[in-house]
Amino acid sequence: MKKLLTLCFLAFGLIARAQTSGYAVGDIVSDFSLRNIDSKMISMADYKEAKGFIVVFTCNTCPYSNAYEDRINELNKNYQAKGYPVIAINPNDPVSQPGDSFDKMRARAKSKNYSFPYLADPDHKVTRNFGASRTPHVFVLQKTSKGNIVRYIGAIDNDTENTSSNKSEYVQNAVDALLAGNKPGLSFTKAVGCTIKWKKTQG
Amino acid sequence: MKFFILTCLLITSVSAISNAQKVNFLTVEQLESRFNKGNDTVYVVNFWATWCAPCIAEIPNFEKLQSTYQNQPLKVLMVSVDFKSKLENAVKPFVRKRNLQNEIFLLNEKSQQEYIDKISKNWSGALPATLIVNRNKNIRRLYEKEFTYAELNQVYQELK
Repeated sequence: MKKLLTLCFLAFGLIARAQTSGYAVGDIVSDFSLRNIDSKMISMADYKEAKGFIVVFTCNTCPYSNAYEDRINELNKNYQAKGYPVIAINPNDPVSQPGDSFDKMRARAKSKNYSFPYLADPDHKVTRNFGASRTPHVFVLQKTSKGNIVRYIGAIDNDTENTSSNKSEYVQNAVDALLAGNKPGLSFTKAVGCTIKWKKTQG
Repeated sequence: MKFFILTCLLITSVSAISNAQKVNFLTVEQLESRFNKGNDTVYVVNFWATWCAPCIAEIPNFEKLQSTYQNQPLKVLMVSVDFKSKLENAVKPFVRKRNLQNEIFLLNEKSQQEYIDKISKNWSGALPATLIVNRNKNIRRLYEKEFTYAELNQVYQELK
């Protein structure tokens, strides 16, 4: 009986772990190679001058992603020159979410004047590595001699509706802190978003 | 007698309609006190939004769960996380149009950062999400996924 209980706990532990897998603040990120909307493959290693990255999991079809897309554009415009470019990754399976097909991504980026790369991750490989669970979901990385280290995970700000005059600019504050040589004061936040549209398993 | 039955039918149908169309504000604290003081044992709380397509797709499954187990101590609560400013022009019309019978609320909280954790540490904030509470068995489980009716029924059978 005791053995069975232990086994149960172990199994639950594994399930819990699987659900929370992905990077935590302080982890070193593996580089990726994903196709951008201009069909070129993009890796973090391509950015020789960067001091870090603002990696945003976002998509065409989530209204909360749409609500943030101008703000994501602003982040890139403000921080690319300072060494923190935005890299957007669409984590959704285009079969279960046709609005996130490669062609639709290209069209969306064009009509909304994306100033940043918009990469497709239809096999969820990078998405699973990061442990992204929703769109939009941001990871701020800092380039160090050891690799790209996760310094912030969470929301862009605390005001999706964009109506508050004194909102907390989580990502901006995190990158500003890094640029000033400090660690972000707030390194993890949660926010409402859309679930990732995973590939439907066979059968 | 006939008149009596008719009156009863009328009253119940009117109350069903008004029930279906009411959307009240709800804080996390009020939700917790419902778990503790309500008449039911198992609470299935679905967090949804009018803008969330997979949420809308699974709403009929939650309606079916409640109507199927009408005689069991189960309460399905549908908590919208739409912006509070959307109550009149999005949430209420949505509920009316679909003639939803479950109890519908609009979450009355300011900070997503705080309320997501209060509802469950295991919730990242992605929608749809469903919290199942069995207060007799001390179970509180959060599912960050879309449910088919079969899946929802299975989870209910396991946790009830």
